[in-house]
Amino acid sequence: MILKLLSGDRPGSVLLSLILLAILVALAGAPFLFDGTRALDTAARICVFIVLVASYDLLLGYTGIVSFAHTIFFGFGAYGVALSALHLGRGFDALIVGAGAGALAAAALAAVIGLFSLRVRAIFFAMITLAVASAVAVLVSQLSALTGGEDGLTYLIPKALTAAARYGEIPTVTLPWPGADPLTLGGQRITGKIVNYYVIFSGALILILFLLRVVNSPFGRVLQAIRENDFRAEAIGYRVVSYRIAVTVLSAVVASLAGALFAIWLRYVGPDTVLSFEIMIDILLMVVIGGMGTIYGAVIGAVVLLLAQNYLKDLMETAAAGLGDIPLAADLLNPDRWLLWLGVLFVLSVYFFPAGIVGRLRRSRT
Amino acid sequence: MAEMVLETRDLTVRFGGHVAVNGVSTGFRRGELTAIVGPNGAGKTTFFNLISGQIAATRGRVLLGGADISRKSAADRTRLGIGRGFQMTNLFPDLSVYENVRLAVQAQQRKGGRILRLAEADDKMRDRTVAVLDRVQMGPEAAKPVSTLSHGDQRKLEVAMLIALDPAIYMFDEPTAGMSPDDAPVVLDLIAALAQDRRKCILLVEHKMDVIGALADRIIVLHNGTLVADGDPAAVMASDIVQEAYMGRRRADV
Repeated sequence: MILKLLSGDRPGSVLLSLILLAILVALAGAPFLFDGTRALDTAARICVFIVLVASYDLLLGYTGIVSFAHTIFFGFGAYGVALSALHLGRGFDALIVGAGAGALAAAALAAVIGLFSLRVRAIFFAMITLAVASAVAVLVSQLSALTGGEDGLTYLIPKALTAAARYGEIPTVTLPWPGADPLTLGGQRITGKIVNYYVIFSGALILILFLLRVVNSPFGRVLQAIRENDFRAEAIGYRVVSYRIAVTVLSAVVASLAGALFAIWLRYVGPDTVLSFEIMIDILLMVVIGGMGTIYGAVIGAVVLLLAQNYLKDLMETAAAGLGDIPLAADLLNPDRWLLWLGVLFVLSVYFFPAGIVGRLRRSRT
Repeated sequence: MAEMVLETRDLTVRFGGHVAVNGVSTGFRRGELTAIVGPNGAGKTTFFNLISGQIAATRGRVLLGGADISRKSAADRTRLGIGRGFQMTNLFPDLSVYENVRLAVQAQQRKGGRILRLAEADDKMRDRTVAVLDRVQMGPEAAKPVSTLSHGDQRKLEVAMLIALDPAIYMFDEPTAGMSPDDAPVVLDLIAALAQDRRKCILLVEHKMDVIGALADRIIVLHNGTLVADGDPAAVMASDIVQEAYMGRRRADV
């Protein structure tokens, strides 16, 4: 049954299965397992980025297409939800219309870029996506009447999804625990924010299961054949250009849906949160660190990088405080240098796991 | 005499100032195995590329069953029944032997567009893949990544992928090049078996004269991109032009 949901795609290593299971449990129980809004916000971001990175993996890892326009499609979904929430009112219908319109726009733009550039060499496609990404970013900041420019857009989402909605409390359960304190579970208030989180979580879960299905379908196998040897894929009768355009469109649609989820969660969209080139770099890092062409790599890459971005600073603060007496060490671990350490971690991970974390774990099995 | 299934008319391609294939007009019949011979650089592989669509002709046409396919892509020509094998091994290196053949079976069964079904769950594809692997005696190697195979096994797999496509026209480009004397007969037996099936049209680029003598119904000779001889194997091999071309080549090789 589980294997069927995963489309027969076994994680392929006991350790990897355990890690994935731990991530699933942590994300599924995030509102109740971790305290505070920051933890919940990180969990929601992880859900969104897992989908965004996995949709990019479909392009880069499975088909071997390098694109720099992935954030644009992410942005289309996010702005679609933002604009329809602003203009159509505070209802669920507005969210659905916005997500649908964003996905359609993303599909149309991806198809146009693909038709114009995928016939020629791969490097040309990469350059075109770079140009389109810059152009869209400039357009969004210039068309401030529509998009709010650099300030972005703030809008209302249905009240049922905000912290203002109350759905009661989880009854407190006290478990006898061998030791001094009994273990107390529950007691949290269930608010619309938590419902909102589960909308994001289930949306992400469905999209990931969908992507797993796609990569294990006959269509997905053709993508891998194109990555391996596009010349031969064409020679055995696959119209390579059509497949490349189709996967570009599919990946753009999934990215836009991730953007729509992000917009529902944040209640704000702006160029820096959904369109910036930094996000594009993050996506690339996540897919490389996790392991290309595996989908599971996207899951792990997104978790590792987002946790590092959100908590490495705190960790270093604690460490620096602990090392307070030693001059150089404490200085090196100064929280202001967290980006430096993130860089070091990235270099080390690429050096030691060239096939990504998932690639490494799968290989160690044999 | 059976009708021509594949014809070329004045087929020509020019790369800069070099005319690689020059005005070749010929035809190939169902149930006939034609060997294409000529010294290195004579344009045999380029002639193949023009027929199967890897490169576009500068001039001239390719007709399949009387219809002009000169403007069709390589993928479309394969879908129309032209199965092309390659001289340089040209496979999907990081995928398994099974998956390589399965991809060809999937192409032949026109299932590449299926996006919500599972590739592994399709019994029809699996049965056909297993049957093709058995036919080239590669069942035991099915799970291995292609990049770990010996050269001989890679050549056998190349032939397996052609068989999986089940084309009306088979194009073999030196199928036994570099194979050990143990492996070569497996491939040659397969080609001989295909030649027995009188519905198939087979084109074979080959250097080894004993192979040609055993398999070919007809020989055409290319020299500097031009068709210089065409006919019955014994007659063509005895002709002056072949003697000259091949003697020249042999001397150069030694």
